[in-house]
Amino acid sequence: MLELRHVSCRYDDHFVLKDINVRIEDGGLVGVIGPNGSGKTTLIRAVTRTIKLAEGEVLLKGEKLDTLSFKELAQQVAVVGRLYDLDVRMRVEDLVLLGRIPHRKGLRLMERRSDLGAAEEAMDLTGTLSLRSRFVDSLSSGERQLAFIARALAQEPELLLLDEPTSHLDIGHQARVLDLVRKLNRDRGLTVLVVLHDLNLASQYCDRIFLLSDGVLWKDGTPDEVLTYRNIEEVYHTPVVVMKNPVSSRPGVFLVPEEDIVTGAK
Amino acid sequence: MENRLLKWLFTLFVLIVILLAVSALSLSLGPAGMHPGTIVRLLLGGKGRATDYAILFDIRLPRILLGFAIGGSLSLSGVMLQALFRNPLVEPYTLGISGGAALGVALGTILGLTGLLGIYSLPAFGFLGAVCVIVFLSLGINRSVLNLQGLLLTGVMISFISSSAVLLIMSISRIEDLHGILFWIIGSLGETDWLPVKLALVAAIAGLAVAYLFCFDLNALCLGEEDAIHLGVNVERTKRILLVLASLLTGLSVSLVGAIGFVGLVVPHFVRMFAGTDHRILLVSSFVSGAIFLIFCDAVAKSVAQPIELPVGVVTGLFGGILFIYAMMRRASIVRSK
Repeated sequence: MLELRHVSCRYDDHFVLKDINVRIEDGGLVGVIGPNGSGKTTLIRAVTRTIKLAEGEVLLKGEKLDTLSFKELAQQVAVVGRLYDLDVRMRVEDLVLLGRIPHRKGLRLMERRSDLGAAEEAMDLTGTLSLRSRFVDSLSSGERQLAFIARALAQEPELLLLDEPTSHLDIGHQARVLDLVRKLNRDRGLTVLVVLHDLNLASQYCDRIFLLSDGVLWKDGTPDEVLTYRNIEEVYHTPVVVMKNPVSSRPGVFLVPEEDIVTGAK
Repeated sequence: MENRLLKWLFTLFVLIVILLAVSALSLSLGPAGMHPGTIVRLLLGGKGRATDYAILFDIRLPRILLGFAIGGSLSLSGVMLQALFRNPLVEPYTLGISGGAALGVALGTILGLTGLLGIYSLPAFGFLGAVCVIVFLSLGINRSVLNLQGLLLTGVMISFISSSAVLLIMSISRIEDLHGILFWIIGSLGETDWLPVKLALVAAIAGLAVAYLFCFDLNALCLGEEDAIHLGVNVERTKRILLVLASLLTGLSVSLVGAIGFVGLVVPHFVRMFAGTDHRILLVSSFVSGAIFLIFCDAVAKSVAQPIELPVGVVTGLFGGILFIYAMMRRASIVRSK
């Protein structure tokens, strides 16, 4: 589905991605983790063409990204970013219908029946049908994030990119958002690349994890392979304890406060 | 969702009815009192006195058509700029684009370059002035020297500088050029020549058509530039084309009728309240409402202090300036409450 070859990116003369080489297979559910400023968001930007590559190339289904128009790209790749406030008063269904823009043909002014159908289905999948006539700014953070995911699904993408979709959400909404993402991945074969700050969420939900450190792909593998205390301490410079989640048997990461390290060592 | 088209068509229908009513009002107002019956008869192709005919078709009608074209153009520019900069307070006047255009026109007049391109030379100078301001502002944004608040402040400063420069030009210019320049500063629809009126009409309608090619792009831009790219919008190209279009429309308007302010601010502000934020309806509603607003202000301007005719820019400035302050304070209180 997606392949990055020797990708480097920089802002001014400061490199934020250095020689990234990865391949994501169709139907993958891949998490990206790493400390602040390690290049996670830039990795997403490199795939959406919102930042120019300094070196290397990105291939989507074997085609070079820069041979595609923005519109062709948006027909295959949808993005959900961090939560933000809308400047305009817009109803949920109008927001979701914006996802049909890349599929617009010619000079048609109104949506086709298929556009309305796709938006309807996207709202159904995300459980936002009952919110359709509410204004987006009247929704709670969790509902708003689901509405934005519905907009992305209305694009009918093959690859879904999520940039910290769970930040500012409580634990219940975090689970709802990521359960939905995993369901879409399992049931519909949607390929997903998701940036997460929370190591435990990445561990519980992703099949494969990229650990970035200072723009370099430090580790790439299953949660068990990547989330070892050695990797995490080396990249995040903080002591942690890694134990298995008794239900999912995937690794869980606990941080250890400085004070307790001293007393714990006694 | 299905009823939306009907709702939009109804909105448009109501606006057009109001437009016709305001036009009729303006048509019947004027220093030479004319019986409404006479006007109807003449409009329907009936015969009448030559003077009545001349007043109606050579003075009042062109004035209304010019108001339609300019009001529509300015309002349309306002809507496009507001979507591009994601700020409801920007418009040609508050960004200093009108000021730049006025300065361009004044410079062209004083340097005696008006003969270069014949009838098109003043619009050309107005356009050049407008483009200079837009290029300057875009450079500031691209290098992230300007945030949105800074953009507004800079725009207001550009307006000040341009009007000072225009005053400077006036103080050193010959007495016969003075009236012409003064006219541009305040703005008036008293154009009685048909050619500029036709030019403005064609430009306004063409501008509306071009804007419609980008109505979905403008909708996507409401979410911010990065999200618009994610929805397949070629943001750089859209911005470039629409900024040039807004400059063209503003430059042309200013060169024909002077720097009429705040139409692009007041009108979209109210239109959003009843038409919503979808640019498919917002563009045309703002265009028609802008025409209504300007024709109405002009009717007020020419009849309120008879026999003196007020410049229409004074009327729009009074309405618009007050509303600008109101909108600014409301926005500030919304931001604070978040």
